[in-house]
Amino acid sequence: MSVLVYIEADNNAVKKSSLEALTYAAKMNAGDVTALVTDKAENLEELGKYGVKTVLQVNDEKLSTRPVSAIASAIAGAAQKVGANAVVMSRSSTVDAAAPRVGVKMKATVASNVVALPQNENGFVVRRGVFTGKAFADTKLEGENKILTIAKNALAVDDSLSGSATVEAFVPEFGAKDFAIKVTDVKKQEGDILLPEADLVVSAGRGMKGPENWEMIENLANKLGAATACSKPVSDMDWRPHHEHVGQTGIKVAPSLYIAIGISGAIQHLAGVNSSKTIVVINKDSEAPFFKSADYGIVGDAFDVVPKLTEALEKAGI
Amino acid sequence: MNILVCICHVPDTTTKIKFTGTELDKNGVQFIIGPYDDYALARAVELKEASKGKLTVLNVGEADTEPTIRKALAIGADNAVRINAHPKDAYFVAEQIAAYAKDKNFDMILMGREASDYNGGQVHGMVAEMLDMPCIVPCMTLEVEGNTAKMGREIEGGKEYVECEMPFVAGCQEPIAEWKIPNMRGIMMARKKPLEVIEPTSQSAPTEVMAYQLPAERGNVKMIDADNMDELVRLLKEEAKVL
Ligand SMILES: Cc1cc2nc3c(=O)[nH]c(=O)nc-3n(C[C@H](O)[C@H](O)[C@H](O)COP(=O)(O)OP(=O)(O)OC[C@H]3O[C@@H](n4cnc5c(N)ncnc54)[C@H](O)[C@@H]3O)c2cc1C
Repeated sequence: MSVLVYIEADNNAVKKSSLEALTYAAKMNAGDVTALVTDKAENLEELGKYGVKTVLQVNDEKLSTRPVSAIASAIAGAAQKVGANAVVMSRSSTVDAAAPRVGVKMKATVASNVVALPQNENGFVVRRGVFTGKAFADTKLEGENKILTIAKNALAVDDSLSGSATVEAFVPEFGAKDFAIKVTDVKKQEGDILLPEADLVVSAGRGMKGPENWEMIENLANKLGAATACSKPVSDMDWRPHHEHVGQTGIKVAPSLYIAIGISGAIQHLAGVNSSKTIVVINKDSEAPFFKSADYGIVGDAFDVVPKLTEALEKAGI
Repeated sequence: MNILVCICHVPDTTTKIKFTGTELDKNGVQFIIGPYDDYALARAVELKEASKGKLTVLNVGEADTEPTIRKALAIGADNAVRINAHPKDAYFVAEQIAAYAKDKNFDMILMGREASDYNGGQVHGMVAEMLDMPCIVPCMTLEVEGNTAKMGREIEGGKEYVECEMPFVAGCQEPIAEWKIPNMRGIMMARKKPLEVIEPTSQSAPTEVMAYQLPAERGNVKMIDADNMDELVRLLKEEAKVL
Protein backbone atom coordinates (compact mmCIF):
# COMPACT_ATOMS: atom_id res chain seq x y z
CA MET A 1 0.00 0.00 0.00
CA SER A 2 1.16 3.52 -0.69
CA VAL A 3 -0.26 6.95 -1.39
CA LEU A 4 0.52 9.36 -4.22
CA VAL A 5 -0.10 13.08 -3.73
CA TYR A 6 -0.20 15.42 -6.72
CA ILE A 7 1.07 18.80 -5.52
CA GLU A 8 1.04 22.23 -7.15
CA ALA A 9 3.56 25.03 -6.81
CA ASP A 10 3.34 28.76 -7.50
CA ASN A 11 6.47 30.87 -7.84
CA ASN A 12 8.62 27.81 -7.09
CA ALA A 13 6.93 27.24 -3.71
CA VAL A 14 4.56 24.37 -2.92
CA LYS A 15 1.03 25.71 -2.30
CA LYS A 16 -0.38 25.61 1.22
CA SER A 17 -3.35 23.57 0.01
CA SER A 18 -0.91 20.98 -1.37
CA LEU A 19 0.78 20.79 2.04
CA GLU A 20 -2.67 20.05 3.49
CA ALA A 21 -2.98 17.16 1.02
CA LEU A 22 0.46 15.85 2.09
CA THR A 23 -0.59 16.00 5.74
CA TYR A 24 -3.80 14.17 4.85
CA ALA A 25 -1.84 11.44 3.06
CA ALA A 26 0.62 11.03 5.95
CA LYS A 27 -2.20 10.76 8.47
CA MET A 28 -3.99 8.09 6.42
CA ASN A 29 -1.31 5.67 7.64
CA ALA A 30 -1.56 3.80 4.38
CA GLY A 31 2.12 3.30 3.60
CA ASP A 32 4.77 5.43 1.93
CA VAL A 33 3.81 8.86 0.66
CA THR A 34 5.11 9.88 -2.76
CA ALA A 35 4.59 13.40 -4.08
CA LEU A 36 4.27 14.20 -7.79
CA VAL A 37 5.08 17.71 -8.96
CA THR A 38 4.84 18.98 -12.53
CA ASP A 39 5.32 22.69 -11.73
CA LYS A 40 8.69 24.33 -11.18
CA ALA A 41 9.51 24.03 -7.49
CA GLU A 42 12.50 24.31 -5.21
CA ASN A 43 13.62 22.69 -1.92
CA LEU A 44 11.53 19.60 -2.54
CA GLU A 45 13.72 17.52 -0.17
CA GLU A 46 12.14 19.52 2.66
CA LEU A 47 8.80 17.84 1.98
CA GLY A 48 10.17 15.08 4.23
CA LYS A 49 8.87 17.02 7.19
CA TYR A 50 5.32 16.50 5.91
CA GLY A 51 5.95 12.76 5.69
CA VAL A 52 6.98 12.51 2.03
CA LYS A 53 9.48 9.76 1.21
CA THR A 54 9.97 10.35 -2.51
CA VAL A 55 9.20 13.25 -4.81
CA LEU A 56 8.67 12.54 -8.51
CA GLN A 57 9.51 15.68 -10.40
CA VAL A 58 8.39 16.15 -13.99
CA ASN A 59 10.37 18.69 -15.92
CA ASP A 60 8.37 19.41 -19.06
CA GLU A 61 7.64 22.88 -20.40
CA LYS A 62 4.43 21.54 -22.02
CA LEU A 63 2.95 21.11 -18.53
CA SER A 64 3.51 24.71 -17.45
CA THR A 65 -0.12 25.66 -18.14
CA ARG A 66 -1.28 22.48 -16.32
CA PRO A 67 -3.12 20.92 -19.30
CA VAL A 68 -5.73 18.76 -17.59
CA SER A 69 -5.57 15.56 -19.69
CA ALA A 70 -1.77 15.49 -19.63
CA ILE A 71 -1.69 16.08 -15.87
CA ALA A 72 -4.20 13.23 -15.49
CA SER A 73 -1.89 10.94 -17.52
CA ALA A 74 1.09 11.97 -15.39
CA ILE A 75 -0.82 11.23 -12.16
CA ALA A 76 -2.06 7.83 -13.36
CA GLY A 77 1.44 6.98 -14.66
CA ALA A 78 3.11 7.97 -11.39
CA ALA A 79 0.56 5.99 -9.35
CA GLN A 80 1.32 2.94 -11.45
CA LYS A 81 5.07 3.44 -11.18
CA VAL A 82 5.06 3.54 -7.38
CA GLY A 83 2.21 1.06 -6.97
CA ALA A 84 0.00 3.59 -5.19
CA ASN A 85 -3.58 2.55 -4.59
CA ALA A 86 -4.68 5.93 -3.28
CA VAL A 87 -4.21 9.33 -4.89
CA VAL A 88 -4.79 12.36 -2.66
CA MET A 89 -4.88 15.91 -3.98
CA SER A 90 -6.12 19.24 -2.77
CA ARG A 91 -8.95 20.83 -4.74
CA SER A 92 -7.90 23.35 -7.40
CA SER A 93 -9.05 24.19 -10.90
CA THR A 94 -6.64 21.56 -12.24
CA VAL A 95 -7.42 18.88 -9.67
CA ASP A 96 -11.20 19.26 -9.95
CA ALA A 97 -10.91 18.72 -13.71
CA ALA A 98 -8.26 15.99 -13.63
CA ALA A 99 -9.57 13.78 -10.78
CA PRO A 100 -12.46 12.18 -12.72
CA ARG A 101 -10.14 11.45 -15.67
CA VAL A 102 -7.58 9.83 -13.37
CA GLY A 103 -10.41 7.83 -11.81
CA VAL A 104 -11.41 6.33 -15.16
CA LYS A 105 -7.79 5.74 -16.20
CA MET A 106 -6.92 3.91 -12.96
CA LYS A 107 -10.33 2.22 -12.59
CA ALA A 108 -10.37 3.95 -9.23
CA THR A 109 -13.27 5.19 -7.13
CA VAL A 110 -13.33 8.97 -6.84
CA ALA A 111 -14.53 10.99 -3.85
CA SER A 112 -14.46 14.75 -4.27
CA ASN A 113 -14.67 17.55 -1.72
CA VAL A 114 -13.52 15.36 1.17
CA VAL A 115 -13.46 17.19 4.52
CA ALA A 116 -12.01 14.63 6.98
CA LEU A 117 -9.67 11.66 7.26
CA PRO A 118 -11.06 8.26 6.25
CA GLN A 119 -12.68 5.88 8.74
CA ASN A 120 -11.66 2.27 8.22
CA GLU A 121 -13.82 0.31 10.69
CA ASN A 122 -16.52 -0.46 8.18
CA GLY A 123 -14.87 -0.35 4.79
CA PHE A 124 -13.20 2.84 3.54
CA VAL A 125 -15.51 5.73 4.45
CA VAL A 126 -14.84 9.43 3.83
CA ARG A 127 -16.91 12.47 4.77
CA ARG A 128 -17.77 14.73 1.82
CA GLY A 129 -19.38 18.15 1.79
CA VAL A 130 -22.69 17.94 -0.13
CA PHE A 131 -25.80 20.05 -0.81
CA THR A 132 -23.50 23.05 -1.17
CA GLY A 133 -22.44 23.20 2.45
CA LYS A 134 -25.87 22.30 3.83
CA ALA A 135 -24.86 18.71 4.73
CA PHE A 136 -22.11 16.08 4.83
CA ALA A 137 -22.29 12.58 3.37
CA ASP A 138 -20.26 9.74 4.89
CA THR A 139 -19.47 7.87 1.71
CA LYS A 140 -18.12 4.35 1.39
CA LEU A 141 -15.73 3.75 -1.50
CA GLU A 142 -15.48 0.26 -2.99
CA GLY A 143 -12.61 -1.05 -5.05
CA GLU A 144 -8.82 -1.36 -4.82
CA ASN A 145 -7.90 2.14 -5.95
CA LYS A 146 -9.16 5.43 -4.57
CA ILE A 147 -8.87 9.06 -5.58
CA LEU A 148 -9.65 11.73 -3.00
CA THR A 149 -9.87 15.46 -3.61
CA ILE A 150 -9.57 17.36 -0.34
CA ALA A 151 -11.50 20.55 0.48
CA LYS A 152 -9.38 23.55 1.42
CA ASN A 153 -8.78 23.98 5.17
CA ALA A 154 -10.05 20.44 5.82
CA LEU A 155 -7.13 19.87 8.17
CA ALA A 156 -4.17 21.79 9.58
CA VAL A 157 -0.76 21.34 7.96
CA ASP A 158 1.58 19.23 10.09
CA ASP A 159 5.29 19.78 9.44
CA SER A 160 6.52 18.00 12.57
CA LEU A 161 7.91 14.89 10.88
CA SER A 162 11.60 14.51 10.32
CA GLY A 163 13.63 13.22 7.40
CA SER A 164 14.33 14.46 3.97
CA ALA A 165 12.61 13.37 0.78
CA THR A 166 14.45 11.84 -2.18
CA VAL A 167 13.80 13.74 -5.40
CA GLU A 168 13.66 11.71 -8.64
CA ALA A 169 13.01 12.82 -12.18
CA PHE A 170 9.91 11.29 -13.75
CA VAL A 171 9.00 11.24 -17.43
CA PRO A 172 5.31 10.41 -17.91
CA GLU A 173 3.79 8.89 -21.03
CA PHE A 174 1.10 11.01 -22.63
CA GLY A 175 -1.97 10.01 -24.63
CA ALA A 176 -2.46 11.08 -28.24
CA LYS A 177 -5.10 13.66 -27.29
CA ASP A 178 -3.59 14.94 -24.05
CA PHE A 179 -2.73 18.29 -25.61
CA ALA A 180 -5.91 18.67 -27.69
CA ILE A 181 -6.86 21.81 -25.76
CA LYS A 182 -4.70 24.78 -26.69
CA VAL A 183 -4.28 27.67 -24.31
CA THR A 184 -4.57 30.85 -26.38
CA ASP A 185 -4.35 33.43 -23.61
CA VAL A 186 -4.06 33.77 -19.84
CA LYS A 187 -5.13 36.94 -18.08
CA LYS A 188 -3.62 37.07 -14.63
CA GLN A 189 -5.29 39.26 -12.12
CA GLU A 190 -2.38 41.20 -10.65
CA GLY A 191 -2.24 42.66 -7.20
CA ASP A 192 -5.59 41.65 -5.81
CA ILE A 193 -5.95 38.91 -3.24
CA LEU A 194 -7.63 35.98 -4.87
CA LEU A 195 -11.03 35.12 -3.51
CA PRO A 196 -10.91 31.28 -3.56
CA GLU A 197 -7.68 31.27 -1.54
CA ALA A 198 -8.33 34.26 0.72
CA ASP A 199 -8.26 33.93 4.48
CA LEU A 200 -10.27 37.13 5.01
CA VAL A 201 -13.18 38.19 2.80
CA VAL A 202 -15.16 41.44 2.66
CA SER A 203 -18.39 40.90 0.74
CA ALA A 204 -21.12 43.36 -0.20
CA GLY A 205 -24.61 43.13 -1.65
CA ARG A 206 -27.43 45.08 -3.16
CA GLY A 207 -27.59 47.25 -0.03
CA MET A 208 -24.63 49.18 -1.46
CA LYS A 209 -27.05 50.80 -3.95
CA GLY A 210 -24.59 51.07 -6.85
CA PRO A 211 -21.07 50.27 -8.09
CA GLU A 212 -19.90 53.80 -7.32
CA ASN A 213 -20.14 53.01 -3.60
CA TRP A 214 -17.60 50.19 -3.56
CA GLU A 215 -14.70 52.40 -2.59
CA MET A 216 -15.45 52.01 1.11
CA ILE A 217 -15.66 48.23 0.65
CA GLU A 218 -12.28 48.22 -1.07
CA ASN A 219 -10.79 50.46 1.62
CA LEU A 220 -11.94 48.06 4.32
CA ALA A 221 -10.61 45.07 2.34
CA ASN A 222 -7.26 46.77 1.79
CA LYS A 223 -6.97 47.60 5.46
CA LEU A 224 -7.54 43.95 6.35
CA GLY A 225 -5.62 42.46 3.46
CA ALA A 226 -8.87 40.76 2.49
CA ALA A 227 -10.33 39.68 -0.86
CA THR A 228 -13.57 41.29 -2.04
CA ALA A 229 -16.70 39.31 -2.88
CA CYS A 230 -20.34 40.08 -3.70
CA SER A 231 -23.83 38.61 -3.87
CA LYS A 232 -25.28 37.31 -7.12
CA PRO A 233 -27.54 40.26 -8.02
CA VAL A 234 -24.51 42.53 -7.70
CA SER A 235 -22.56 40.62 -10.35
CA ASP A 236 -25.71 40.07 -12.46
CA MET A 237 -26.12 43.86 -12.64
CA ASP A 238 -22.42 44.15 -13.52
CA TRP A 239 -21.68 46.29 -10.49
CA ARG A 240 -18.86 43.84 -9.79
CA PRO A 241 -17.08 41.17 -11.88
CA HIS A 242 -18.52 37.65 -12.02
CA HIS A 243 -15.53 36.07 -10.34
CA GLU A 244 -16.53 37.86 -7.10
CA HIS A 245 -19.96 36.19 -6.95
CA VAL A 246 -20.17 33.82 -3.99
CA GLY A 247 -22.95 31.42 -3.13
CA GLN A 248 -24.66 28.30 -4.33
CA THR A 249 -24.19 29.21 -7.98
CA GLY A 250 -20.91 31.06 -7.56
CA ILE A 251 -17.67 30.54 -5.70
CA LYS A 252 -17.76 28.73 -2.37
CA VAL A 253 -15.48 30.25 0.22
CA ALA A 254 -14.35 29.13 3.67
CA PRO A 255 -12.19 31.96 5.06
CA SER A 256 -11.38 32.62 8.72
CA LEU A 257 -13.41 35.83 8.54
CA TYR A 258 -16.31 36.72 6.24
CA ILE A 259 -17.77 40.21 6.58
CA ALA A 260 -21.15 40.58 4.84
CA ILE A 261 -22.30 44.14 4.16
CA GLY A 262 -25.77 44.97 2.84
CA ILE A 263 -26.48 41.32 2.04
CA SER A 264 -29.82 39.90 3.19
CA GLY A 265 -28.58 36.33 3.73
CA ALA A 266 -30.67 34.39 1.22
CA ILE A 267 -30.26 30.63 1.56
CA GLN A 268 -28.42 30.46 -1.80
CA HIS A 269 -25.92 33.05 -0.60
CA LEU A 270 -25.41 31.30 2.76
CA ALA A 271 -24.73 28.01 0.97
CA GLY A 272 -21.52 29.43 -0.41
CA VAL A 273 -20.22 31.07 2.77
CA ASN A 274 -21.47 29.13 5.78
CA SER A 275 -18.24 27.15 6.12
CA SER A 276 -16.47 30.39 7.10
CA LYS A 277 -15.00 30.27 10.60
CA THR A 278 -16.32 33.66 11.76
CA ILE A 279 -19.11 35.67 10.11
CA VAL A 280 -19.77 39.38 10.71
CA VAL A 281 -22.99 40.88 9.32
CA ILE A 282 -23.61 44.58 8.80
CA ASN A 283 -27.19 45.33 7.78
CA LYS A 284 -29.57 48.21 8.42
CA ASP A 285 -32.52 45.85 8.85
CA SER A 286 -32.45 44.12 12.25
CA GLU A 287 -34.74 41.41 10.78
CA ALA A 288 -32.33 40.49 7.97
CA PRO A 289 -32.07 36.67 7.89
CA PHE A 290 -28.25 36.80 7.73
CA PHE A 291 -28.09 37.71 11.45
CA LYS A 292 -29.28 34.14 12.26
CA SER A 293 -26.12 32.75 10.63
CA ALA A 294 -23.71 35.33 12.01
CA ASP A 295 -21.28 35.32 14.92
CA TYR A 296 -21.25 39.12 15.23
CA GLY A 297 -23.97 41.46 14.02
CA ILE A 298 -24.19 45.22 13.60
CA VAL A 299 -27.52 46.87 12.83
CA GLY A 300 -26.71 50.06 11.02
CA ASP A 301 -26.28 51.88 7.74
CA ALA A 302 -23.29 50.48 5.86
CA PHE A 303 -22.41 53.96 4.60
CA ASP A 304 -21.88 54.94 8.21
CA VAL A 305 -20.59 51.69 9.78
CA VAL A 306 -18.04 50.57 7.17
CA PRO A 307 -15.83 53.69 7.31
CA LYS A 308 -16.00 53.53 11.12
CA LEU A 309 -14.85 49.93 11.08
CA THR A 310 -11.94 50.78 8.78
CA GLU A 311 -11.02 53.58 11.16
CA ALA A 312 -11.20 51.32 14.21
CA LEU A 313 -8.89 48.82 12.50
CA GLU A 314 -6.48 51.63 11.73
CA LYS A 315 -6.57 52.70 15.36
CA ALA A 316 -5.90 49.14 16.52
CA GLY A 317 -2.80 49.11 14.37
CA ILE A 318 -4.09 46.58 11.80
CA MET B 1 -24.60 21.50 -34.77
CA ASN B 2 -25.65 18.44 -32.84
CA ILE B 3 -25.65 19.14 -29.10
CA LEU B 4 -26.27 16.97 -26.05
CA VAL B 5 -27.04 18.62 -22.72
CA CYS B 6 -27.11 16.45 -19.60
CA ILE B 7 -29.28 17.69 -16.77
CA CYS B 8 -29.78 16.56 -13.22
CA HIS B 9 -32.92 16.90 -11.15
CA VAL B 10 -32.12 18.53 -7.81
CA PRO B 11 -33.92 20.16 -4.87
CA ASP B 12 -34.78 23.82 -5.34
CA THR B 13 -32.00 26.04 -4.03
CA THR B 14 -34.24 27.33 -1.20
CA THR B 15 -34.74 23.81 0.19
CA LYS B 16 -34.02 23.26 3.84
CA ILE B 17 -32.08 20.00 3.68
CA LYS B 18 -33.33 17.23 6.02
CA PHE B 19 -32.82 13.49 5.96
CA THR B 20 -34.77 10.43 7.03
CA GLY B 21 -32.09 7.79 7.52
CA THR B 22 -29.93 7.79 4.41
CA GLU B 23 -32.58 9.39 2.21
CA LEU B 24 -33.24 13.05 1.53
CA ASP B 25 -36.58 13.99 3.06
CA LYS B 26 -38.48 14.96 -0.11
CA ASN B 27 -41.54 16.14 1.76
CA GLY B 28 -42.54 19.51 0.33
CA VAL B 29 -39.32 19.77 -1.72
CA GLN B 30 -39.60 21.29 -5.20
CA PHE B 31 -37.24 19.89 -7.82
CA ILE B 32 -35.53 21.91 -10.52
CA ILE B 33 -33.01 21.54 -13.33
CA GLY B 34 -29.53 21.69 -11.74
CA PRO B 35 -28.69 25.43 -11.73
CA TYR B 36 -25.34 24.89 -13.49
CA ASP B 37 -26.98 22.54 -16.01
CA ASP B 38 -29.51 25.30 -16.62
CA TYR B 39 -26.67 27.60 -17.72
CA ALA B 40 -25.36 24.88 -20.06
CA LEU B 41 -28.85 24.43 -21.49
CA ALA B 42 -29.28 28.17 -22.03
CA ARG B 43 -26.03 28.42 -24.03
CA ALA B 44 -26.90 25.25 -25.97
CA VAL B 45 -30.26 26.72 -27.01
CA GLU B 46 -28.48 29.84 -28.32
CA LEU B 47 -25.90 27.80 -30.25
CA LYS B 48 -28.54 25.49 -31.66
CA GLU B 49 -30.71 28.39 -32.83
CA ALA B 50 -27.74 30.17 -34.43
CA SER B 51 -26.64 27.02 -36.28
CA LYS B 52 -30.13 25.60 -36.95
CA GLY B 53 -28.86 22.48 -35.25
CA LYS B 54 -30.35 19.87 -33.00
CA LEU B 55 -30.43 19.80 -29.21
CA THR B 56 -31.03 16.65 -27.17
CA VAL B 57 -31.41 16.75 -23.43
CA LEU B 58 -30.57 13.70 -21.32
CA ASN B 59 -31.33 12.83 -17.72
CA VAL B 60 -30.47 9.72 -15.76
CA GLY B 61 -33.41 9.39 -13.43
CA GLU B 62 -36.62 7.68 -12.49
CA ALA B 63 -40.06 8.67 -13.81
CA ASP B 64 -40.42 11.47 -11.24
CA THR B 65 -37.85 13.56 -13.14
CA GLU B 66 -40.08 13.93 -16.21
CA PRO B 67 -41.51 17.36 -15.24
CA THR B 68 -37.89 18.62 -14.99
CA ILE B 69 -37.10 17.13 -18.42
CA ARG B 70 -40.26 18.72 -19.91
CA LYS B 71 -39.07 22.07 -18.58
CA ALA B 72 -35.81 21.64 -20.51
CA LEU B 73 -37.87 20.86 -23.63
CA ALA B 74 -39.93 24.00 -22.97
CA ILE B 75 -36.73 26.05 -22.75
CA GLY B 76 -35.73 24.85 -26.22
CA ALA B 77 -34.39 21.29 -26.42
CA ASP B 78 -35.81 19.36 -29.41
CA ASN B 79 -36.00 15.93 -27.89
CA ALA B 80 -35.24 14.22 -24.62
CA VAL B 81 -33.88 10.93 -23.36
CA ARG B 82 -34.40 9.57 -19.89
CA ILE B 83 -32.21 6.70 -18.81
CA ASN B 84 -34.51 4.92 -16.44
CA ALA B 85 -32.48 4.47 -13.26
CA HIS B 86 -31.81 6.02 -9.91
CA PRO B 87 -28.59 8.05 -10.45
CA LYS B 88 -26.59 6.05 -7.93
CA ASP B 89 -23.29 7.89 -8.22
CA ALA B 90 -21.13 9.89 -10.62
CA TYR B 91 -19.50 6.84 -12.20
CA PHE B 92 -22.86 5.18 -12.79
CA VAL B 93 -24.27 8.31 -14.43
CA ALA B 94 -21.14 8.86 -16.54
CA GLU B 95 -21.29 5.29 -17.87
CA GLN B 96 -24.91 5.75 -18.97
CA ILE B 97 -24.15 9.05 -20.71
CA ALA B 98 -21.05 7.70 -22.44
CA ALA B 99 -22.88 4.57 -23.61
CA TYR B 100 -25.71 6.68 -25.03
CA ALA B 101 -23.51 9.35 -26.64
CA LYS B 102 -20.89 6.99 -28.11
CA ASP B 103 -22.43 6.57 -31.58
CA LYS B 104 -24.63 9.69 -31.85
CA ASN B 105 -22.07 12.08 -33.37
CA PHE B 106 -22.62 14.92 -30.93
CA ASP B 107 -20.45 17.95 -31.62
CA MET B 108 -20.50 18.85 -27.95
CA ILE B 109 -21.72 17.41 -24.68
CA LEU B 110 -22.55 20.14 -22.16
CA MET B 111 -23.59 19.93 -18.54
CA GLY B 112 -23.17 21.93 -15.35
CA ARG B 113 -19.83 22.06 -13.55
CA GLU B 114 -21.42 20.10 -10.71
CA ALA B 115 -24.79 19.01 -9.39
CA SER B 116 -26.04 21.23 -6.59
CA ASP B 117 -27.00 18.19 -4.49
CA TYR B 118 -24.00 15.84 -4.39
CA ASN B 119 -21.45 18.45 -5.60
CA GLY B 120 -19.34 15.70 -7.16
CA GLY B 121 -18.20 17.61 -10.25
CA GLN B 122 -17.02 14.36 -11.82
CA VAL B 123 -19.47 13.36 -14.53
CA HIS B 124 -18.07 15.66 -17.26
CA GLY B 125 -14.49 14.47 -16.79
CA MET B 126 -15.50 10.82 -16.60
CA VAL B 127 -17.64 11.00 -19.74
CA ALA B 128 -14.80 12.77 -21.58
CA GLU B 129 -12.27 10.15 -20.50
CA MET B 130 -14.61 7.29 -21.46
CA LEU B 131 -15.17 8.83 -24.91
CA ASP B 132 -11.56 10.06 -25.30
CA MET B 133 -12.63 13.69 -25.73
CA PRO B 134 -11.20 16.92 -24.34
CA CYS B 135 -13.09 18.44 -21.44
CA ILE B 136 -13.23 22.01 -20.20
CA VAL B 137 -14.40 22.86 -16.70
CA PRO B 138 -15.56 25.35 -15.51
CA CYS B 139 -16.55 26.57 -18.96
CA MET B 140 -17.62 30.21 -18.55
CA THR B 141 -17.69 31.40 -22.16
CA LEU B 142 -18.24 29.33 -25.29
CA GLU B 143 -18.11 30.40 -28.94
CA VAL B 144 -17.89 28.20 -32.00
CA GLU B 145 -15.99 29.06 -35.21
CA GLY B 146 -16.11 26.38 -37.87
CA ASN B 147 -15.06 23.20 -36.16
CA THR B 148 -13.26 24.99 -33.32
CA ALA B 149 -14.73 25.74 -29.91
CA LYS B 150 -13.27 28.74 -28.08
CA MET B 151 -13.80 28.78 -24.37
CA GLY B 152 -12.85 30.68 -21.26
CA ARG B 153 -12.46 29.38 -17.75
CA GLU B 154 -11.35 30.74 -14.41
CA ILE B 155 -8.17 29.37 -12.91
CA GLU B 156 -6.33 30.38 -9.75
CA GLY B 157 -5.40 33.99 -10.17
CA GLY B 158 -7.11 34.81 -13.43
CA LYS B 159 -8.75 33.65 -16.61
CA GLU B 160 -7.58 31.15 -19.18
CA TYR B 161 -8.76 31.15 -22.79
CA VAL B 162 -8.55 27.88 -24.68
CA GLU B 163 -9.65 26.27 -27.91
CA CYS B 164 -10.15 22.75 -29.15
CA GLU B 165 -11.71 20.91 -32.06
CA MET B 166 -15.18 19.48 -31.68
CA PRO B 167 -16.36 17.12 -30.28
CA PHE B 168 -15.69 17.98 -26.66
CA VAL B 169 -17.29 17.90 -23.22
CA ALA B 170 -17.75 20.96 -21.00
CA GLY B 171 -18.90 21.51 -17.41
CA CYS B 172 -20.52 24.94 -17.53
CA GLN B 173 -20.96 27.81 -15.12
CA GLU B 174 -22.19 31.39 -15.36
CA PRO B 175 -21.69 33.78 -17.13
CA ILE B 176 -21.80 31.40 -20.13
CA ALA B 177 -25.42 32.49 -20.73
CA GLU B 178 -28.40 33.74 -18.78
CA TRP B 179 -31.01 31.31 -17.54
CA LYS B 180 -33.95 31.07 -19.91
CA ILE B 181 -37.49 31.04 -18.57
CA PRO B 182 -39.87 28.94 -20.68
CA ASN B 183 -42.70 30.87 -22.33
CA MET B 184 -46.27 29.66 -22.90
CA ARG B 185 -45.57 28.54 -26.44
CA GLY B 186 -42.51 26.62 -25.29
CA ILE B 187 -44.52 24.89 -22.58
CA MET B 188 -47.27 23.90 -25.06
CA MET B 189 -44.73 22.60 -27.59
CA ALA B 190 -42.79 20.69 -24.94
CA ARG B 191 -45.79 18.44 -24.35
CA LYS B 192 -45.54 17.10 -27.91
CA LYS B 193 -41.76 16.78 -28.12
CA PRO B 194 -40.37 13.23 -28.01
CA LEU B 195 -39.16 11.89 -24.65
CA GLU B 196 -37.56 8.50 -25.13
CA VAL B 197 -37.07 6.22 -22.11
CA ILE B 198 -34.22 3.73 -22.28
CA GLU B 199 -32.90 1.24 -19.75
CA PRO B 200 -29.41 1.51 -18.18
CA THR B 201 -26.62 -0.48 -19.83
CA SER B 202 -24.51 -1.13 -16.75
CA GLN B 203 -24.98 -1.15 -13.01
CA SER B 204 -21.63 -0.41 -11.40
CA ALA B 205 -21.74 2.26 -8.71
CA PRO B 206 -18.57 2.16 -6.61
CA THR B 207 -19.71 4.58 -3.91
CA GLU B 208 -22.48 4.44 -1.36
CA VAL B 209 -23.65 7.01 1.19
CA MET B 210 -23.71 5.38 4.62
CA ALA B 211 -24.98 8.36 6.63
CA TYR B 212 -25.71 12.08 6.36
CA GLN B 213 -24.75 14.72 8.89
CA LEU B 214 -25.95 18.30 9.20
CA PRO B 215 -23.36 20.97 9.96
CA ALA B 216 -23.14 22.24 13.53
CA GLU B 217 -25.35 25.26 14.17
CA ARG B 218 -23.63 28.56 14.79
CA GLY B 219 -23.96 29.85 18.36
CA ASN B 220 -26.11 32.89 19.04
CA VAL B 221 -25.15 36.07 17.23
CA LYS B 222 -23.50 38.72 19.39
CA MET B 223 -24.90 42.15 18.54
CA ILE B 224 -22.53 45.11 18.64
CA ASP B 225 -23.49 48.75 18.71
CA ALA B 226 -22.95 50.51 15.37
CA ASP B 227 -21.10 53.27 17.20
CA ASN B 228 -18.67 50.90 18.86
CA MET B 229 -16.51 49.44 16.10
CA ASP B 230 -13.56 49.35 18.52
CA GLU B 231 -15.44 46.63 20.38
CA LEU B 232 -15.91 44.62 17.15
CA VAL B 233 -12.20 44.85 16.38
CA ARG B 234 -11.38 43.76 19.93
CA LEU B 235 -13.71 40.72 19.69
CA LEU B 236 -12.32 39.72 16.31
CA LYS B 237 -8.82 39.87 17.75
CA GLU B 238 -9.30 38.45 21.21
CA GLU B 239 -12.37 36.23 21.05
CA ALA B 240 -12.59 34.99 17.47
CA LYS B 241 -8.81 35.30 17.00
CA VAL B 242 -9.14 35.95 13.28
CA LEU B 243 -7.16 39.19 13.07
C1 LIG C 1 -31.33 29.25 -8.24
C2 LIG C 1 -30.82 30.44 -7.51
C3 LIG C 1 -29.48 30.51 -7.21
C4 LIG C 1 -28.96 31.61 -6.53
N1 LIG C 1 -27.63 31.65 -6.25
C5 LIG C 1 -27.14 32.68 -5.53
C6 LIG C 1 -25.76 32.75 -5.18
O1 LIG C 1 -24.97 31.87 -5.56
N2 LIG C 1 -25.31 33.82 -4.46
C7 LIG C 1 -26.15 34.82 -4.05
O2 LIG C 1 -25.67 35.76 -3.39
N3 LIG C 1 -27.44 34.79 -4.39
C8 LIG C 1 -27.95 33.76 -5.12
N4 LIG C 1 -29.27 33.76 -5.46
C9 LIG C 1 -30.07 34.97 -5.17
C10 LIG C 1 -30.58 35.02 -3.73
O3 LIG C 1 -31.80 34.33 -3.67
C11 LIG C 1 -30.80 36.48 -3.31
O4 LIG C 1 -31.70 37.07 -4.20
C12 LIG C 1 -29.53 37.30 -3.26
O5 LIG C 1 -28.52 36.64 -2.52
C13 LIG C 1 -29.82 38.64 -2.63
O6 LIG C 1 -28.69 39.47 -2.74
P1 LIG C 1 -28.48 40.68 -1.70
O7 LIG C 1 -28.50 40.14 -0.35
O8 LIG C 1 -27.28 41.41 -2.17
O9 LIG C 1 -29.73 41.59 -2.01
P2 LIG C 1 -31.07 41.84 -1.18
O10 LIG C 1 -31.75 40.57 -0.86
O11 LIG C 1 -31.79 42.87 -1.93
O12 LIG C 1 -30.57 42.41 0.20
C14 LIG C 1 -30.00 43.66 0.39
C15 LIG C 1 -29.77 43.83 1.88
O13 LIG C 1 -29.11 45.03 2.10
C16 LIG C 1 -29.65 45.66 3.25
N5 LIG C 1 -29.38 47.08 3.10
C17 LIG C 1 -29.96 47.95 2.24
N6 LIG C 1 -29.40 49.18 2.38
C18 LIG C 1 -28.47 49.08 3.34
C19 LIG C 1 -27.58 50.00 3.94
N7 LIG C 1 -27.53 51.29 3.56
N8 LIG C 1 -26.77 49.56 4.91
C20 LIG C 1 -26.79 48.26 5.34
N9 LIG C 1 -27.62 47.35 4.79
C21 LIG C 1 -28.45 47.75 3.81
C22 LIG C 1 -31.10 45.31 3.23
O14 LIG C 1 -31.65 45.39 4.55
C23 LIG C 1 -31.05 43.87 2.70
O15 LIG C 1 -30.97 42.94 3.77
C24 LIG C 1 -29.81 32.68 -6.16
C25 LIG C 1 -31.17 32.60 -6.45
C26 LIG C 1 -31.67 31.50 -7.12
C27 LIG C 1 -33.13 31.46 -7.41
